[in-house]
Amino acid sequence: MTLVSIAQVSYLVAAVLFILSLAGLARQSTARRGNLLGMAGMAIAILATVALALDQSERPVGVTAALIVGVLLIGALVGTWRARSVEMTQMPELIAILHSFVGAAAVLIGFNSYLTEGHDAMHLVEVFLGVFIGAVTFTGSIVAFLKLSARMKSAPLTLPGRHALNLAGLVASVALGAWFIASPSIWPLLLMTVIALAIGVHLVAAIGGGDMPVVVSMLNSYSGWAAAAAGFMLGNDLLIVVGALVGSSGAILSYIMCKAMNRQFLSVILGGFGGEGAAAPSGAAAVEGTHTEVSVAETVELLQSARSVVIAPGYGMAVAKAQYPVAELVARLRSRGVKVRFAVHPVAGRLPGHMNVLLAEARVPYDIVLELDEINDDFAETDVVLVIGANDTVNPAALEDPHSPIAGMPVLQVWQAGRVVVFKRSMATGYAGVQNPLFFRDNTSMLFGDAKTQVEAIVAAMPATEPVSA
Amino acid sequence: MRVSVPSQARAGDSLVAATPRTVEQLIRLGYDVTVEAGAGEAANLPDESYVAAGASIGDREAAWGGDLVATTGTPADEDLALLAEGAILIAPLAPHSRPELTAALAERGVTALALDAVPRISRAQALDTISTLSNVAGYRGVIEAAQAYGAMFAGQVTAAGKTAPANVFVIGGGVAGLAAIGAAVSLGAQVRAFDVRPEAAEQIESMGATFVHLPAAQQEVSSDGYASALSEEQERLTLELYAEEAARADVVITTALVRGSAPTTITADAVAAMRPGSVIVDLAAAGGGNCEATVPGDTVVTEGGVTVIGWTDLPSRMPQHTSQLLGTNIVNLLKLVTPGKDGEAGLDLEDDVVRGMTVAHAGDVLWPPPPVTVSAAPAAAPDPEPAAQEDAEQKAASASASRTRRTVLTAVGAVALGVALAFSSPAFLAMFTVFVLAVFIGYYVISNVSHSLHTPLMSQTNAISGIILIGALLQLGSSSAVVTALAFVAAAVASINVFGGFLVTYRMLGMFQKGA
Repeated sequence: MTLVSIAQVSYLVAAVLFILSLAGLARQSTARRGNLLGMAGMAIAILATVALALDQSERPVGVTAALIVGVLLIGALVGTWRARSVEMTQMPELIAILHSFVGAAAVLIGFNSYLTEGHDAMHLVEVFLGVFIGAVTFTGSIVAFLKLSARMKSAPLTLPGRHALNLAGLVASVALGAWFIASPSIWPLLLMTVIALAIGVHLVAAIGGGDMPVVVSMLNSYSGWAAAAAGFMLGNDLLIVVGALVGSSGAILSYIMCKAMNRQFLSVILGGFGGEGAAAPSGAAAVEGTHTEVSVAETVELLQSARSVVIAPGYGMAVAKAQYPVAELVARLRSRGVKVRFAVHPVAGRLPGHMNVLLAEARVPYDIVLELDEINDDFAETDVVLVIGANDTVNPAALEDPHSPIAGMPVLQVWQAGRVVVFKRSMATGYAGVQNPLFFRDNTSMLFGDAKTQVEAIVAAMPATEPVSA
Repeated sequence: MRVSVPSQARAGDSLVAATPRTVEQLIRLGYDVTVEAGAGEAANLPDESYVAAGASIGDREAAWGGDLVATTGTPADEDLALLAEGAILIAPLAPHSRPELTAALAERGVTALALDAVPRISRAQALDTISTLSNVAGYRGVIEAAQAYGAMFAGQVTAAGKTAPANVFVIGGGVAGLAAIGAAVSLGAQVRAFDVRPEAAEQIESMGATFVHLPAAQQEVSSDGYASALSEEQERLTLELYAEEAARADVVITTALVRGSAPTTITADAVAAMRPGSVIVDLAAAGGGNCEATVPGDTVVTEGGVTVIGWTDLPSRMPQHTSQLLGTNIVNLLKLVTPGKDGEAGLDLEDDVVRGMTVAHAGDVLWPPPPVTVSAAPAAAPDPEPAAQEDAEQKAASASASRTRRTVLTAVGAVALGVALAFSSPAFLAMFTVFVLAVFIGYYVISNVSHSLHTPLMSQTNAISGIILIGALLQLGSSSAVVTALAFVAAAVASINVFGGFLVTYRMLGMFQKGA
């Protein structure tokens, strides 16, 4: 029994724990346990690795130990601080920046692996691939972070010949790879890293704000593949297993998001959709008509006479941070015996499941937060639908106008309800740049203004303690 | 301008064209409102309540002398004499059946808006009094039937045995029919319903009734929202169906009105075939009645013991809500003609709704209005053009071609990969095996994750992918300073990932809670 084999066994245990952890996250009731199992797996893996690192250290053990304690301290301090202080509306940014860390680590580990280990062809390929994926993940995630935190314009950057640029970058990387394997030196690796970093920037810069759920889950996937590539170059099975798990997880999430938008994965990745300057797609039926405005008082009256209310939240709710007043409104309506449910579209928000987290933060019970398929048939029996900051996900044109750019995208069929009240700042179009015929329907009323202010006004106008009629 | 609301002259008509609530809305539109003394009494709306809402109370002259006169009953000749020249009269005027009334109004220089001539377009629904009245009549019809029917509507299971629910058959799935279905269903009856318009089936079923199918008698989807007259063959078939259904039913509610006139749905023979104690409610009694045994305005019991209810005043039997709804219809009409909310009514005869309702203006009779192209039913989908079909076929063909191509490419790729792998080192192959298996495990594990947990899943996988930390930790001990430095940075960012990711996931999951 050597230290290496003990570490190997620990890695096996950790890998199993990680798989159980992800399996646990499938359901609300087991999610907490899944999270803890993941932590346990990570703790075991790190302990084993520390022992191994100290054992194999080429420097004095004390120095290595100090360095390890140092990095763990940095990680613990910064990580805990971010995890504590982040607002739930900022989750997409946090997750994007964390992805970039994995990418950066993969690049650095790749370089180290090249510097310390042998130069057989297989290993070189692994290093090259690992660094490439890591670099794309790194800059891609940083751009995603900048876009999500509004430090960069979220409109897609459409350079002329952008597909050609990506392709050229890829071809150059492959050529550099051939050079690298033929005569191993640091230069082709460095050059390729620069090109990959540029590809990462350009790739994500070309994708607009509304496609961010796909981008973030795609980067999640990349960070997994980067870890797997690192596993290959280090010959570490645990890294390979975990990287593959994370990589396929992100890929599935991207696929789910694309399906929810009825878009091809490739066309999302290649970007350029929904550009502000893009001409109105020809052939799409022009939408015009008059919209009806409604006041807060009338909305309150409407809600008081309703028996069944569905709330369809969107990114606008996250931007206005309206989840708390919305939750309060729901609590009041429920105390009056009104059946209130949420309809969450898969791509609502900027992160898969973003709305669910915001509503959970505001203490909305998760069993009234329903998905597209669960609630779409119920709209016909709903008295009032409140659309809060959603636009494209409730656009009837997706089903009715075959020429619409979002044709075929599954949408929440809110218009089948008795009345629809749309909370919106103005009549501007949504992310897809498509006018929404919903706003001009007879049973739709517009409540203009900041979603948070308006919902607060409704809550204020609704008496809190009305006895529930038996 | 002043809106005045007279009380109903006809005995037994308890409706009023404004309630205190709608008076407030009228005042908000900029109007002064005068209500005739006692106008709301029959609807339990005392004069004081109108005063409290801001209206003034006036006598009969004042009530007919406003700039706008709104009433829910067709005005009598002596009332017309009280109208000021240039005044606007808002009332049901039956322009199709009483052209002389419209002519008299035009002669007096009165602008007349007929509440019963609202065009059937969706924009005008908010001011359609016929819908309002039909809705109330449908509900009240069921209540009348329940009173006349000597049994319970809902089925019961008691210690003393069980009773069957009443079988109700509703003819016509318009507003009145649907309201009747809704009321009868909520009383617990078993409801069957029929309409010649096939598009009504879905609405009927949505109200909780069973739609009776008779394909041979069903019409084309109507383009204007009204049923049209039937062909002879269709008529024979539907009459047979009605007789058959009526014989099974305890209560028949018939609502068939084709443009103001009532076709016969229940023949005398069909009535004779019904069980004693059954009830027929004829909501089309005002148009002469759908049932041959109906006496409009009265209730009769046939020799066979069938009660036939032919009341024509059903809406007026529920004056509070009917007045409120009619009052709101009128407010909505005035909203349309008072765009400035300044109390100045201006008729825009270019507007289809206003034009349709205006039967007399500036001395001219404007009835009938030019036809409005309407779409009550979702416009019959135009058949996809042949070109489009061809296009679709081509697309399908090219899709299947590209599918084949993709399959071939995948197969080629798999073989190539297999060959390449066979040449690689055993150590790599072992790692590759682990990799492929892990990808599949990941696929199956993640596929089950509920949508609402996607964000926690992401931050958890994020934390887990911080496992790259162990690679960096192993490199920390290298003797090369450069390697150690790089490894240090890598390990630091990766450990931020590990700690931050797990903790934020933990924090998020703590927020999810189940409802009480």
